[in-house]
Amino acid sequence: MKIKSADLWFKKAAAILALSAAALVILLVCSMAYYALPAIRKFGLHFLHTSTWDPVKEIFGALPFIYGTVISSALALLMALPVSLGIAVYLAELAPCCLREPLSFLIELLAAIPSVVYGLWGIFFLAPFLRETVQPFLFRYFGFLPLFQGEFYGVGMLSAAIILSIMIIPTISSISREVFLTVPSAQREAALALGATRWETIRLAVLGYARSGVLGAVILGLGRALGETMAVTMVIGNRPEISGSLFAPAYTMASVIANEFSEATTDLYLSALIEIGFILFFVTLIINIAARALIWRVSAKIKAK
Amino acid sequence: MNIYIKRKIINKLMCGAAFFSALLTLAPLISIFGYVISKGITSVNFDFFTHLPMPVGEHGGGMSNAIVGTLILIGLSCLWAIPLGVFGGVYLAEFGNNKFAAAVRFSADVLNGIPSIVIGIFAYTVFVLPMKSFSAISGAFALGIIMVPTIMRATEEMLRMVPFALREAALALGVSQSRMIVSIVLKTALPGILTGILLAIARIAGETAPLLFTAFGNRFWHQGLNQPIAALPLQIFNYAISPYDDWHRQAWAGALVLILMVFLISLLTRFVIKPKYRRKEMIWKQK
Repeated sequence: MKIKSADLWFKKAAAILALSAAALVILLVCSMAYYALPAIRKFGLHFLHTSTWDPVKEIFGALPFIYGTVISSALALLMALPVSLGIAVYLAELAPCCLREPLSFLIELLAAIPSVVYGLWGIFFLAPFLRETVQPFLFRYFGFLPLFQGEFYGVGMLSAAIILSIMIIPTISSISREVFLTVPSAQREAALALGATRWETIRLAVLGYARSGVLGAVILGLGRALGETMAVTMVIGNRPEISGSLFAPAYTMASVIANEFSEATTDLYLSALIEIGFILFFVTLIINIAARALIWRVSAKIKAK
Repeated sequence: MNIYIKRKIINKLMCGAAFFSALLTLAPLISIFGYVISKGITSVNFDFFTHLPMPVGEHGGGMSNAIVGTLILIGLSCLWAIPLGVFGGVYLAEFGNNKFAAAVRFSADVLNGIPSIVIGIFAYTVFVLPMKSFSAISGAFALGIIMVPTIMRATEEMLRMVPFALREAALALGVSQSRMIVSIVLKTALPGILTGILLAIARIAGETAPLLFTAFGNRFWHQGLNQPIAALPLQIFNYAISPYDDWHRQAWAGALVLILMVFLISLLTRFVIKPKYRRKEMIWKQK
């Protein structure tokens, strides 16, 4: 009898501790919604498409930040995707066996570097490098495009996107690699037996088979890019403007929170910043659910076989 | 004939591109490490570990308070996140075949995906606003939230790897279920759980964003858990965006120390896993 009740207590205690993880999420949503309410009431949907951010007059519109977040993450994906796929293909299909483990270890090291160190490197190496070498080069040869015009600051959209792409490469490449490794060898052998070259085998048998898993990896990388704060804050230039040029400074949702939160003097100002955080939370939530669903579908497909 | 050559060329080009992209990714890695090591080693000195930051404009000083502050923050967050994560994981693995557990798993995944700056806001609304002060506690709360899902899922996975025969053997000897979980299942899975915990610690050691408006930073020794506290990543950030050369130098030194700290913790995970393998080898030899 005593043993039974001890077991019951143990189970209850474990259940309560497990429950607190769910409670944390609910508490997070409620408390952020509560504090964001004044700004939601005051600005409504205008918050999302107004580009004025004036703490003095208390007019808040998040459009420049949403724009900055979306564009910097999209650009980062554009740069990171081909490179990550290349790495994943190389590590899963092409590399000699003795190189695979050390190489994948090195690439995962990139994920272990704290983001503030990325930012430090961005300020003192990447931004000057872009200002003195890359931006003049792009301006000279592609300056007719509006993308590559304007002053060379170094800091700005381009450097933020580059840093973000470096940060999400390990995420995308390691998941894609694992997805590639789950592709049955019979697929590859079939393609090779039909006379396909190595690349054709990879394109037809591996990439085609792993498509939805790779999509999941990309979405997971996107989620990481959207929420990344420190490195971006240190190199994006922090100016709430919407500019067509990649050289121009910009601002993201995460970095406006990082920069202005502890200086927010009025309740409405703070509330507007919390609302930005709330939007960021929901966007990353949806993205993560989508990514997990995709990856889960792939692993379910494998388990079914 | 022509089509064969074309296909061969495309094959070579694409395989070359794959190899090149691996090289391309190593470039920033080498550059970052090169910079942190070369600039860090010339900047780090004895004062860095033993002195407080100097007032603005004066040379010298160190980050001793930030190093200690980071250790305090890590300790505090472990204090609440480890029991919650481990016992949550025990529940999921041992009693978790119901809808309630599915909800917990989903929440853990949600927590894992939240941007760390949003977790900072959450900790701010829960701790800083009611207490009306930035504090070590709020910082530890934010960091702990990042740790919980990692530890919980690691524990669950490790417990599921413990063979059922072990559980049955214990129960057959008349041991109660709770006793069986604590002294058989948890003990067997301990190296794996410790690895999960160390990985979570390595992850929070370098976190800056959730500390910006919770721990806030401090230029003095820590003055109690309800007061702002210094942290290494915060100090690096503040020094990096400052206009002073001497502070930039210290930021690099801080980055070197921080990276060494993170890697040391990761390295520790390898040592923790090792005994398990060793034991396996011994079992093999006995056979």
